[in-house]
Amino acid sequence: MTPVLQAEGLNVVLGTNHVLKNVDLDVHAGRLTTLIGPNGAGKSTLFAALSGDLEPSSGHVLLQGREVRSYRPKQLALLRSVLPQDHLVRFSYSVEEIVQLARLSHAPDPDRDAQIVADSLAAAEMAGMRRRDVQTLSGGEMARTAFARTLAQTTPVVLLDEPTAALDLRHQEVVLRHARRLRDEGACVVVVIHDLNLAAAYSDRVVMLQHGAIVADGPAEQVLTAERIGAVYRQRVLVTDHPTRGCPMVVTVD
Amino acid sequence: MTATGVSSARTVEDTEGTVRRPYGPVILGVFLALLVVALVAGVAIGPLRLAPGAVLDIIAAKLGVGEATGYTAAEVSVVWDIRLPRVLLAALVGSALAVSGAALQGLFGNSLADPGVIGVTAGASLGAITAIVLGLTVLGSWTVPGMAFIFGLITTGLIYALARPGRKGGTVQLLLVGIAITAVTGSVNGFFTYIADTTELESITYWSMGSLNRASWTTLAAGLPFYVAGVVAVLSLAKPLDVLALGERQAHHVGRNVRRTRILLIVASALVVGAAVALAGSIGFVGLVVPHIVRLLIGPGHRWLLPLSAVGGALMLVVADIGARTLNPPSEVPIGLFTGLVGGPFFLWLLFRRRTEMRA
Repeated sequence: MTPVLQAEGLNVVLGTNHVLKNVDLDVHAGRLTTLIGPNGAGKSTLFAALSGDLEPSSGHVLLQGREVRSYRPKQLALLRSVLPQDHLVRFSYSVEEIVQLARLSHAPDPDRDAQIVADSLAAAEMAGMRRRDVQTLSGGEMARTAFARTLAQTTPVVLLDEPTAALDLRHQEVVLRHARRLRDEGACVVVVIHDLNLAAAYSDRVVMLQHGAIVADGPAEQVLTAERIGAVYRQRVLVTDHPTRGCPMVVTVD
Repeated sequence: MTATGVSSARTVEDTEGTVRRPYGPVILGVFLALLVVALVAGVAIGPLRLAPGAVLDIIAAKLGVGEATGYTAAEVSVVWDIRLPRVLLAALVGSALAVSGAALQGLFGNSLADPGVIGVTAGASLGAITAIVLGLTVLGSWTVPGMAFIFGLITTGLIYALARPGRKGGTVQLLLVGIAITAVTGSVNGFFTYIADTTELESITYWSMGSLNRASWTTLAAGLPFYVAGVVAVLSLAKPLDVLALGERQAHHVGRNVRRTRILLIVASALVVGAAVALAGSIGFVGLVVPHIVRLLIGPGHRWLLPLSAVGGALMLVVADIGARTLNPPSEVPIGLFTGLVGGPFFLWLLFRRRTEMRA
């Protein structure tokens, strides 16, 4: 199976800082891949390169076999959606109006568009707040609005940069459950995440970065070992089995 | 039973901070009706007072519909040669300022981006004054608006480069750039004032204060193509302007060519500002006040914000002009002073309200 999204020999140098060093990564359709690593490991930079926002200093990012930055914005928007970390919206648009913008690049089809927008709002549990002024939303509500917007783009590749960072316990699970549903429907989902337990519970594959390079890559139970986490994060942890989920569980210890 | 069902559904829906979106065509209709009334009043009111019916008769006759018998030549001349061009000029300039304000606010993602406040008007005025003092006539009667457009374009591009939306500093950076640009163009204008002869001096004074008393069919014709081209271009960018509200990176994520949108917006708003400045000099704050009121009425969606600003701006300046002409007859208050008096405090109120509401 050919990978949907490929990074080949990716190097990113920002100023004198070598942020990504020769990163190779293939991600496939129908898989949920998480990128983890300590602050400054290069997760967000890799994410920006994969989404086509950042031009690598050398190397390539190929989306469906073609250089990601060679697509026209409209074509790209039909293939991949991006949930960035910052989602500041200017002016008092309603939640629903913001989600509707995701349909910009699709051939207009009012009934289908309305259905997709409604489904996306429901998936992010924002349907009841669809008429709210986005300027009055809390950080978590804004993040869920942005998630709904990402869903409404209905793309085969979905890139989520820390989708759970601003969310409460329930909505962290809601968002990742939905990301897994997209994977089940055949999407290629890439998630940058800090919470190792969420990564363990929801990923098919965990990619761990440190100092701009991939240091581990595989299923959660192989990547998330106490020894490796201790070394990469410089924090002692215990790894046990999750009581119900059948995945590793990471607990920090003194 | 039904009522209970409805009210229980209401309680599920979170209504706090809910936005309301009135029906756009209705508000547009009301605005247009008010504008027509203001235009007729603007022609009727003055030292020679005319009945609205007389105004309509004379205009209709001039347009070849019916006959205007029983009116003196003076009355016909006052209506057709003096006041009608004047109110139409007020409408065109007010409309141009409000549309460019709405477009620039969308481009910069900042509701304080009035063409006067951020320095676009100052740049365009410099172009107009340069054309006058150097006696340029390359484009005939379009030379002054053309120069205002070119200088406005360069200025807008420069402001954009120095205060890009999403960068650090935000509003503060934008306002500081506006101050700096206004200061630089101000001193160049000062130099031109210094070397100008008496007739040129009159033009320059008129430009820097903002005035409508040069109204004639000729001046209208000189500005109209710039206005029409610019407004049509801005109106066609309604959807991209909505997408820009997400920020430039996210606008690109949903499939907008942000670079192209940005260039088109800069050119289109410079065309509109160029038309306004060439015809009436720098009249401040219309571009700030009108889009803001329209947003409160119907929300920030540009599909209605832009046309309603176009009509609302025309309405505001036609009414302001009636005020400026009748406040202290027979002399008239320069209209720029008039709009500044209303707009200045409004600007401060906006600035302070934003400070208390959100820190970003």
